[in-house]
Amino acid sequence: MGEDGKLPGVGENAGDVVSGLRERFGSGKTRSYEWRAAQLKGIIRMIDEKEEDIVAALKEDLSKPKLEAFVHEISLARSSCVLALKELKRWMKPEKVSSMLTSFPSSAEIVSDPLGVVLIISAWNYPFLLAIDPVIGAIAAGNAVALKPSEISPSTSALFATILPNYVDSSCIKVVEGSVPETTALLEQKWDKILYTGNAKVGRLIMTAAAKHLTPVVLELGGKCPLVVDTDIDLNVTAKRIAVGKWGSNNGQACVAPDYIITASSFAPKLVDALKNSIEKFYGENPMESEDLSRVVNSNHFARLGRLLDDEKIHGKIIHGGERDEKLLKIAPTLLLDVPDDSLIMQEEIFGPLLPIITVDNVEECFDVINSKPKPLGAYLFTRNKKLEEKFVKTVSAGGILINDTIMHFANPKLPFGGVGESGIGSYHGKFTFDTFSHKKAVLHRSFVGEVSARYPPYTARKQKFLRALLTGNIVGLILAIFGWPRS
Amino acid sequence: MAMQVERVVEEAREAFESGGTRSYFWRRSQLRALKDLILESEIAICDALMLDLGKHRVEAFRDEVGLLTKSVDHALENLKKWMKPEKVSVPLVSFPSTGEVVPEPLGVILIIASWNFPIGLSLEPLIGAISAGNSAVLKPSELAPASSKFLATSLPKYLDNKAVKVLEGGPLIGQQLLDQKWDKIFFTGSTRVGRIVMTAAAKHLTPVCLELGGKCPAIVDSLGGSRDIKVAINRIAGAKWGFCSGQACIAIDYLLVEEKYAPFLVDLLKEKIKKCYMRPGHLTRIVNKKQFERLREILEDPLVAATVVHGGSLDQENMFIEPTILMNPPLDSEVMTEEIFGPLLPIITLKKIADSIEFLKRRPKPLAIYAFTKDGQLKKRIVEETSSGSVTFNDAVVQFVVESLPFGGTGLSGFGKYHGKFSFAEFSHGKAVLKRSFLIEISLRYPPWSEAKLQFIRYFYTLNYIGMLLVLLGLHRYTST
Repeated sequence: MGEDGKLPGVGENAGDVVSGLRERFGSGKTRSYEWRAAQLKGIIRMIDEKEEDIVAALKEDLSKPKLEAFVHEISLARSSCVLALKELKRWMKPEKVSSMLTSFPSSAEIVSDPLGVVLIISAWNYPFLLAIDPVIGAIAAGNAVALKPSEISPSTSALFATILPNYVDSSCIKVVEGSVPETTALLEQKWDKILYTGNAKVGRLIMTAAAKHLTPVVLELGGKCPLVVDTDIDLNVTAKRIAVGKWGSNNGQACVAPDYIITASSFAPKLVDALKNSIEKFYGENPMESEDLSRVVNSNHFARLGRLLDDEKIHGKIIHGGERDEKLLKIAPTLLLDVPDDSLIMQEEIFGPLLPIITVDNVEECFDVINSKPKPLGAYLFTRNKKLEEKFVKTVSAGGILINDTIMHFANPKLPFGGVGESGIGSYHGKFTFDTFSHKKAVLHRSFVGEVSARYPPYTARKQKFLRALLTGNIVGLILAIFGWPRS
Repeated sequence: MAMQVERVVEEAREAFESGGTRSYFWRRSQLRALKDLILESEIAICDALMLDLGKHRVEAFRDEVGLLTKSVDHALENLKKWMKPEKVSVPLVSFPSTGEVVPEPLGVILIIASWNFPIGLSLEPLIGAISAGNSAVLKPSELAPASSKFLATSLPKYLDNKAVKVLEGGPLIGQQLLDQKWDKIFFTGSTRVGRIVMTAAAKHLTPVCLELGGKCPAIVDSLGGSRDIKVAINRIAGAKWGFCSGQACIAIDYLLVEEKYAPFLVDLLKEKIKKCYMRPGHLTRIVNKKQFERLREILEDPLVAATVVHGGSLDQENMFIEPTILMNPPLDSEVMTEEIFGPLLPIITLKKIADSIEFLKRRPKPLAIYAFTKDGQLKKRIVEETSSGSVTFNDAVVQFVVESLPFGGTGLSGFGKYHGKFSFAEFSHGKAVLKRSFLIEISLRYPPWSEAKLQFIRYFYTLNYIGMLLVLLGLHRYTST
């Protein structure tokens, strides 16, 4: 941020950004279907035309393999935008609901109102998807938008600042680059909604800042996502799905990546072998040289992960991997067995390629382990046992639950994506994003006929009787009351 | 004191964690008990409301006892349906699988209620919290002490007192409660306290539902037939003076009227007041001295006092303020900048009724906008160009009763919504559940990555089946980049 408070990317200060956006929103421009559709089309065009630039930026920021960039970011963002465009008319349509007797005759509907000017603060691990996906929903809902991409993935941030204004109406959709001072300046402003993706610590700061203006927030946080492996499984498929969900998802730097495994101690050796096998199949004998693994984002995170590995309490627990290359910021897929619960690695979200395995005598004990920790964003279970599956769905509280696979629920726009408790507030994806950025306005139409004088003073005993019948839906009582019939 | 608060919260959490509150039977039994409580205590509730606010029995029944009965019945009737997981369709990418959204209780809920509908605004959210399978702590407003006492003594007698608690007290208890960790806080009250609640909630990342207020305008168009304007006057007067004497978050705050129509409207309103709201016992009193003084100050601003065209008298001893009409008080005076929350009704005149749209757009979003009009174009513009918690045409306040409509604010009037199934949703977490089997494994999902895999996935996303087939058969030539 310049000394004059000017923000990079837009060349104006935070207050001007918001007042400019508010003025555009106030003009009503963003409300029309045509405007919304044009912006969404612009984003699809941007994705199609700039695919290579996006892949390159992700490569620079994270050494993200091209296929991962394509599958997890580009194509998910594109299909999200295509879906929004296709469904937009339907989403925007007021929903008729039945009104009822008391205020008869009337008709009622729920209208989706844009909230106004919204702020989206995105994360560095999926820096393209996690920025553009909420923007798509905010536009679909008819809002003016400011996007603050993460400064920790500078290439993608710069890419947004350069290309997005060429494809969308830049008077209503702005990209503000920057780090803590810029974000702080933005948070001082009044927004109509803030969507933040990141960690719980910053989440608290965001919500505290939002409270000053009574701004509702969506907080997409993380947490330690547990993965439970029963003995009754297809081991080969299980190991592959775990490996792709952990190391194939930005090398574990994903909020829905499995954080730790719980399995029966008798089964652990088999599982470990299968996982080692999958790692080798996916990333070769020397994963440090594999092109198919993302690197650790920066030296801070590299040092943080190093601290987790160097913790005295897990001495001798590494059973696979553990190699690190500080210069290349690479850490190999690493398995740890039987780490103690009070070790650093079990106390914080790992967000990297380390995968501890906790063993229990009986897999049913997983519930105690999971429930002793804050509610995670996702919880995974691999089993063929329907009873265990049912119990898992019922007793584990998490943002989402996925049985016999990893990450997949993230890609389903029909499912709300979001946390609960420490893993966040609010949800999005598909129509849920549209709803998140809309106010559901109740609209009641009444006519002047059907006046019920019992509503007004002077109040009499008969009026009270009438009201009692009306409110309790007692039709007979109602008719009796209308005719002044005595009721026993 | 702080110890007591902690113990209460701890007990409520234990009750939730024991799992008892999750079952359908517990929820149903609690709702039934709540219904018994309401029905058996009708007289006690009306008495408490009489003591706290001088509320007429019919008003008390209509707005609190009756409405609650209706809500609890509605919840009992729909509980099973609400609790059912909602199946969702699953895209081809993750075939074969099944997806559903499972509503799950959030945990321990704090409900902070307000004094104007001290029973209704306590129990209405409680119905939702219980329906969703949570345990709850209710703090009724200390400014309606008789109602607060009633709730504190009778709720534990009817409901599972391990899981549903009532804590009485003022700001001190309120602050101690806010220091605890909750899974949701539901607050009804002012924007000022709303900010305090949200700031405290942020510390524990607790989601909040804030039911605030704001200045709810009523746009009154020139209505043709004399019958229609009569009905409109009934409804306007009812929504101003007939609901807790204007001390309601969705009461009409002020009117927007065309200049030439205003004198006629004032005459009709005066007549209505004389006929209906001057009888003893038919107008609720002002809740307390502080509120009375606040309204007096608003009214005694000389620039405002000069605009009184009807009423304006204050009875300090009995805490009554006469239904009062003000014609065009200054827009920067307190009566037009703050929520009135009392029986004063400013009328603001406009050249053309359509100017009301611009007037409203320049002000904070209210909890409700009312418009008495038959003009379809004006209705359309109000719905599309203004923003508010709700819009009601040709009536006021009744939207509160329609449980198929969400009730809640936007902007400064709050966020979060409740009533009917919306209450259930507000107190639930919609947990996404996706189930997959071990069958059908597409090896292209896994590294090592290759251009062929990329090409296949590209076709997959665009549903180019022939392309997919060709790649699978190794017959496709892709351009390497």
